[in-house]
Amino acid sequence: MDEIFVLVEHRKGEIRDVTLEMLGKGREVADGRGARLTALLLGKDVSRMAQTLVSRADAVEVIEHERLADFNSDAYQEVLSRLIDERKPVLTLIGHTAFGLDLAPSLAAEVGAPLLTDVTGIELADGAVTAIRPVYGGKVRARVRSRGLGAIVTVQSGAFAATGERETAGEIVRADALFSSDLAQKKFLRFVEAAAGDLDITQSDIVVSVGRGIGDPKNLPLVEELASVLGGVLACSRPVVDKKWLPKSRQVGISGKTVQPKLYLAVGISGAFQHLSGIKGAGIVVAINKDPKAPIFRVADYGIVGDLFTVVPTLKERIAKVKANK
Amino acid sequence: MDIVVCVKRVPDTAEADLSIDRSGKDIKKDDLVFDINEWDNYAIEEAILLKEKLGGTVTAVTMGSEDDEEVLRRCLALGADNAIRLEDTAFVGSDGYSTAVALAAAIKGIPYDLILTGVQAGDDGYGQVGPTVAEILGVPHATLVTSVEIEGKVARVRRELEGGLEELVEVQLPAVLTIQTGINEPRYVSIAGIRRVARRDIPVKTAGDLGLKPDEVGAAGARIEVEGLSLPEAGQKGEILQGSVDSVVEQLVGIFASKGWLG
Repeated sequence: MDEIFVLVEHRKGEIRDVTLEMLGKGREVADGRGARLTALLLGKDVSRMAQTLVSRADAVEVIEHERLADFNSDAYQEVLSRLIDERKPVLTLIGHTAFGLDLAPSLAAEVGAPLLTDVTGIELADGAVTAIRPVYGGKVRARVRSRGLGAIVTVQSGAFAATGERETAGEIVRADALFSSDLAQKKFLRFVEAAAGDLDITQSDIVVSVGRGIGDPKNLPLVEELASVLGGVLACSRPVVDKKWLPKSRQVGISGKTVQPKLYLAVGISGAFQHLSGIKGAGIVVAINKDPKAPIFRVADYGIVGDLFTVVPTLKERIAKVKANK
Repeated sequence: MDIVVCVKRVPDTAEADLSIDRSGKDIKKDDLVFDINEWDNYAIEEAILLKEKLGGTVTAVTMGSEDDEEVLRRCLALGADNAIRLEDTAFVGSDGYSTAVALAAAIKGIPYDLILTGVQAGDDGYGQVGPTVAEILGVPHATLVTSVEIEGKVARVRRELEGGLEELVEVQLPAVLTIQTGINEPRYVSIAGIRRVARRDIPVKTAGDLGLKPDEVGAAGARIEVEGLSLPEAGQKGEILQGSVDSVVEQLVGIFASKGWLG
């Protein structure tokens, strides 16, 4: 029987959402092909997690070892390459996350598997894995195909629903990890928490966020004044932090903060996936951008296609006037 | 410390209006401006910073046509000592894997303690080449690196995780590190700097020079292929406000007021 592997991603004792999403999609693909869905749970003291996953897979295979206590691509790769070599799964799903990005490419190279990364759609047919993935910063969608089965696919967070729970639980299997040597070329030392920053953007009902379109740090006050007249806070997308124009604590997105304000006003933000996943819980999203094809308009409730340097001052003035008349 | 940096020249598509070409497998690139991949720009800067601190050499490598040579000149102008360009008709149609095969073969012939490249490229976005080069060369790697400290034969690096969290990892040298944007503040290249290296001879290596057979590289050595590209529907979830600036602002203020956000 064909087998599909899903690598369980967990951090600090918590199963990460992408795991359940991969199991949801894995279940669908496995059912379509009559394949067995196996969740691979690597770690140390992770039995409790196996219990919560067992309703979502035909088997949860638990592999515990001291070397797997923290995520380490080296140790994970050694365990997974052996499993893939022995069992030849038709498909292996790994999160397109900081962990998956560190693990999947070298694993695929070692076992000789095709690798499809940052995937938002998967089909398994005609002896190949076909996937949909973003290119050119998400402005274009590519349909790519693996040469042969056995592909390793890294799955974009949020791309699939965490469905597939069943009433009849699968089985929990235990397996041993074998390491060829004690010498580690790579060591996890510790987590480093983000600096708290001057203000917590997650606490505000109104977030006005600025992106690459601002062009120059000297233009920031323009947007900051808009935030202020609305009684909101100023946040930003990644390029603004990369250029050191605003501190990391103001960044909205996967690698920054997740915000859920009533109003999220995106100014000069194109809407890369990494940013959009930080505003999924926002009430109303308004976007101001000069590019009508910017992905931000695909998630915005209201959009203004125009030059922010004209729109923002006009908007600020108009709001100030309305407020003054109250 | 001898450092090799893998760089790529990519079209700047952030603000461009894109369309699909006749093959259906790529975008039209005639009107696009090309530059060094944003992530690689941080990687070459990090290499130069490490060289300034620790001494040694920096070698920039790219796979591409004569047009792509400009990114190597840029690296030389920034302070790289050497540059190598890989070009061969056999390299055409490379995927992330077969690109890594060619790069690894080229790097094998150079002394190195550290190999740096960007986390991903702004065009394909595979995020795969760095760690694949590491696997082929049999050295460890760390991806999504946001700071690098070298202590003897060890690199102590921070990796960016999700939600503002990072991890501190130790990697034995030689190693491959993929560099995340924001790790440093890339310096600008002066016109004088570019002029200074304009006549430098940049060696070109073919698959044969690297000891690679044609079926190991390019489309023949690729493990995945692009079937086709499509542009996502311009369709929006919500409403694009229409009219003059004054009119759209007025409409938006009306919406804000109706939600009770204007006090």
